[in-house]
Amino acid sequence: MPGPAIEIENLTKDYPTGFLETKKVRSLDGLTMQVQPGEVFGFLGPNGAGKSTTIKLLMRIIFPTAGTARILGKPISDIGMHRDIGYLPEQPYFYDYLTAAELLDYFARFHELPAALRRERVAQMLKRVGLETAGKIQLRKYSKGMLQRVGLAQAILHDPKLVVLDEPMSGLDPIGRREVRDIILELKQQGKTVLFSTHILPDAETLCDRVAVIVGGKLHGVGKPGEIVGVRSQGVEILCDYASEDNVRPAVLAGAAQSGSHYRLQVSDEVLYVTLEQLWKAGARIVTVTQIKPTLEEYFMHLVAANRAQAAAVEVSGK
Amino acid sequence: MKCIGIVAWNTFREAVRDRVLYNLVLFAFLMMAAAIFVGQISIGIEGTVIVSLGLTAISVIGLLIAVFLGVGLVSKEMDKRTLYAILAKPVSRWQFLLGKFGGLALTLAVNTLAMGAALILVLLYVKHSLQASDAGVLVAVYFIWLKLALVVALALLFSCFTSPLLAILFTAGLYVAGLFVEDMRTVHSAQMSEVFQSFLRGVSYLLPNFQNFDVMGEVAHGRGVPFALALQNTAYAALYCAMVIFAAIVIFSRRNLK
Repeated sequence: MPGPAIEIENLTKDYPTGFLETKKVRSLDGLTMQVQPGEVFGFLGPNGAGKSTTIKLLMRIIFPTAGTARILGKPISDIGMHRDIGYLPEQPYFYDYLTAAELLDYFARFHELPAALRRERVAQMLKRVGLETAGKIQLRKYSKGMLQRVGLAQAILHDPKLVVLDEPMSGLDPIGRREVRDIILELKQQGKTVLFSTHILPDAETLCDRVAVIVGGKLHGVGKPGEIVGVRSQGVEILCDYASEDNVRPAVLAGAAQSGSHYRLQVSDEVLYVTLEQLWKAGARIVTVTQIKPTLEEYFMHLVAANRAQAAAVEVSGK
Repeated sequence: MKCIGIVAWNTFREAVRDRVLYNLVLFAFLMMAAAIFVGQISIGIEGTVIVSLGLTAISVIGLLIAVFLGVGLVSKEMDKRTLYAILAKPVSRWQFLLGKFGGLALTLAVNTLAMGAALILVLLYVKHSLQASDAGVLVAVYFIWLKLALVVALALLFSCFTSPLLAILFTAGLYVAGLFVEDMRTVHSAQMSEVFQSFLRGVSYLLPNFQNFDVMGEVAHGRGVPFALALQNTAYAALYCAMVIFAAIVIFSRRNLK
């Protein structure tokens, strides 16, 4: 069985601050995690959480203060490893004097693709990201969304085994986002490993096999989107129909939200069956019974709030 | 090696697309104007004036390109973050740096060669014939190119660890200091202590000696340039460039990009 596609061990990054750069701010704090081959892995966190820092460390754009990382079994210091990875930087910007086709051809040369294959791949990629008619226009005339598409094209141009995308949905309209989602799913079907960072949670919930949540430079959990928020139920929602001639609600529906003849009420797991019996006796028709679980978004917001509260507490105790 | 060539060719393409070579048009106008007016203001020394003017223009235009584009070679890539996508390719930082240097050196070679050729044509127009000694103009142009390559290497080094503005100031300052290297070595003054004079002499051997590359006087007066000097200048520029670029690579290879 092959090893992890990405293996991160205690990765830490401090940035010096102040005029003399004597103070340090910790941007990433002992990150340890693995991404398995063939999975779509979401890296979630608010702005400034450490997502881009982690990706930049993996791409050797910055260097770690401590810790190690391996990609496809090779240490990240091994330049040869870059033959098998594709990378889309956050808010990408490219040489604006080149056309999209020229830029892709330029990047393809680093992967030593023969001229005929380069031409073929460039045309394919431009079509894949919806830029086949804009391929001969200089990038200085491109919109932010179009640059994002070019960035995606250059990341998958050489058919890499691992694709790392830093905020791939950023700057895209709904159609563009849908297309990026399709490309990620297509990569997954081809057996590629995809790591992407995002703060758009529905995208992560839709696409990811597993997600990691990072807040304030610290990892707060790794798992399937459904698992990571915890399996513990927050109760049950009952949707029922009830109609009476005298327009009086039975006691069991006293706290329910009404919309026409529909009533929606939330109860705890313990009183579910008692409530259902009461509704049945009152003559209500049960439409749906749904278990309530926190969404990834709620979990995410809870972590951010907890992190801020902790930071505030530390600040107060420091005073 | 292939990666260095790919980066170098793209750097050359960038210079061409950004209309850097348009300076050739300015040079052409300058030389045409000089050719027309020089005959009216100088009698018998037209060739000397044209060569001096032409070589000075080649040097000044080249220096402006070398300093400003040299400083931007890396800093612009970092500011605009165009470097990010490249570093994710199988390209080492040292290969990238050598490629950028090679690209601008190629741009300057094309530029100085074109201006040198134009200078020869103007000389032919003014003198109506060329002598063997006029080939010295091409040697002087070659020396200017060596000097510019050294300036590019210095600009590249400074831009690896400081802001573009400071890199321009440091490069320009070092260039000016490098024009007085011989004076620093031979200075004798009662006003200066022996220790300070020794210090100046020591520093002069560390500074790039740009005086070595100035053969304008000899060429303008039709005196030949010794072959040994051409060899010496080539070796000096190559060695000094190698040391400066090595230092740049050491710094850049450890630098965290923002």
